[in-house]
Amino acid sequence: MDIAEVDKRIRALIEPFNKKGVEIKDSTTFANDLEFDSLTVMDFVAEIEDEFDIIISMNQQAEIENYGQLVTAVHKLQDS
Amino acid sequence: MTDILTNSAPETDAPKGDLLSKFDGMIELRETVLATGVEDPYNLVMEKVLSPTRAICNGRDTILLGTYNYMGMTFDPDVLDAGKDALEKYGSGTTGSRVLNGTYQGHKECEDALKEFYGMDHAMVFSTGYQANLGIISTIAGKGDYIVLDIDSHASIYDGCAMGKAEIVPFKHNDIEAMEKRLRRIPEEAGKLVILEGVYSMLGDVAPLKEMIAIAKKYGAMVLVDEAHSMGFIGEKGRGVAEDQGVLDDVDFIIGTFSKSVGTVGGFCVSNHPKFDILRLVCRPYVFTASLPPSVVATAVTSIRKLMHGANKRAHLWENSKTLHRGLIELGFPLGTEEPQSAIVAVIMPNLERGAMMWEALLKEGLYVNLARPPATPAGMTLLRCSLCAEHSAEEVQTILQMFERAGKAVGIIS
Repeated sequence: MDIAEVDKRIRALIEPFNKKGVEIKDSTTFANDLEFDSLTVMDFVAEIEDEFDIIISMNQQAEIENYGQLVTAVHKLQDS
Repeated sequence: MTDILTNSAPETDAPKGDLLSKFDGMIELRETVLATGVEDPYNLVMEKVLSPTRAICNGRDTILLGTYNYMGMTFDPDVLDAGKDALEKYGSGTTGSRVLNGTYQGHKECEDALKEFYGMDHAMVFSTGYQANLGIISTIAGKGDYIVLDIDSHASIYDGCAMGKAEIVPFKHNDIEAMEKRLRRIPEEAGKLVILEGVYSMLGDVAPLKEMIAIAKKYGAMVLVDEAHSMGFIGEKGRGVAEDQGVLDDVDFIIGTFSKSVGTVGGFCVSNHPKFDILRLVCRPYVFTASLPPSVVATAVTSIRKLMHGANKRAHLWENSKTLHRGLIELGFPLGTEEPQSAIVAVIMPNLERGAMMWEALLKEGLYVNLARPPATPAGMTLLRCSLCAEHSAEEVQTILQMFERAGKAVGIIS
């Protein structure tokens, strides 16, 4: 799957979690811009994991702060 | 992502370089709650302790309903005698590590009592339950290994995972399918450890260990179960939820504590693994700390041996838990579980502020419960956590219910 397709799918998954309709850019952060709390993070991560049949461990999650980093990480994970 | 969330501090005028400014958000929240005039829920002093179920707290005679003293062993005459005797004979402390000068006769006897209690081959006693989780988890699961654990796991479990540098893969609380999906996606050749708790202390609910352990084994994972809140009470012989569900032999490592049913302090791991004893030399939280004082291990031994024959107390504690649970439901309080599953009954509060008010109203009635709040609680809930004791009389449980009714109406949580 190419990175554009990964991006498209994650954009669709993020929608129900994006309660305030924040514009999603690569630099959009989950903690500050999207105001995700730890529960939202868990549910959101689980959706992505199921969609791409991957695992994003908490160690990896700690490195992901914004949308762009997430797309890159998922693209890499589903490729391996 | 999670890390960012817990550390997000608002902008302040704190001096540059102040490493404590990252806690400004928490300081502010705390001050907001205290500004309403409630007593500080995290600064209670017990001036006198009268029994496992009564103390003088902030000057008031108080029923204790939040101490995890499930089996009420803290004032058992045999336990006290054993402690006094060991204090006289062996002194006040060991001043040494278990692997140097800190293993006394009592520590061996304590490990023997645990082996007998669980019917297992090996036992290792730590200075606290926190260190038992920290030590065992960080030592057995290292870099490149995977730990699959329930998202609501205790802080000591998460800290053990972080210290060992394994890949941490949490799954939704008690969700068997979510657990299996994650196990399936882990590389087959990687080392895998599944960590579960018998009873989860926040809501007092029990894990479906039987189903979960079967799946863990199917994927070649080792299994560690923390039975801190079930030891002594749940299971025919008080061995915990794994015993109750008939899967004790499938658990690779049981972790437990002396600070709940056993009634003192300390932690342990029991196992049938043939290589278990090597852990004594490689487990840093076991090696690099002083061992438990002789009086503490002596009280633990006596208490553990008495718990083996505690069937009557277990039955009474179940009655107490059922009565309190049913009574609170009838009063209209929302609870953490639909049915009583353990000796913990969690009352869900509408928010932190009302929770703190209710906590204070109960304290003024003469009842102590735990006020639990995020991030320790799941789903951002504020809870009044009640833990029952086998020494609460049936009348005391009725008194407790009356206190809840009066306080709940005064604060406007029930009508």
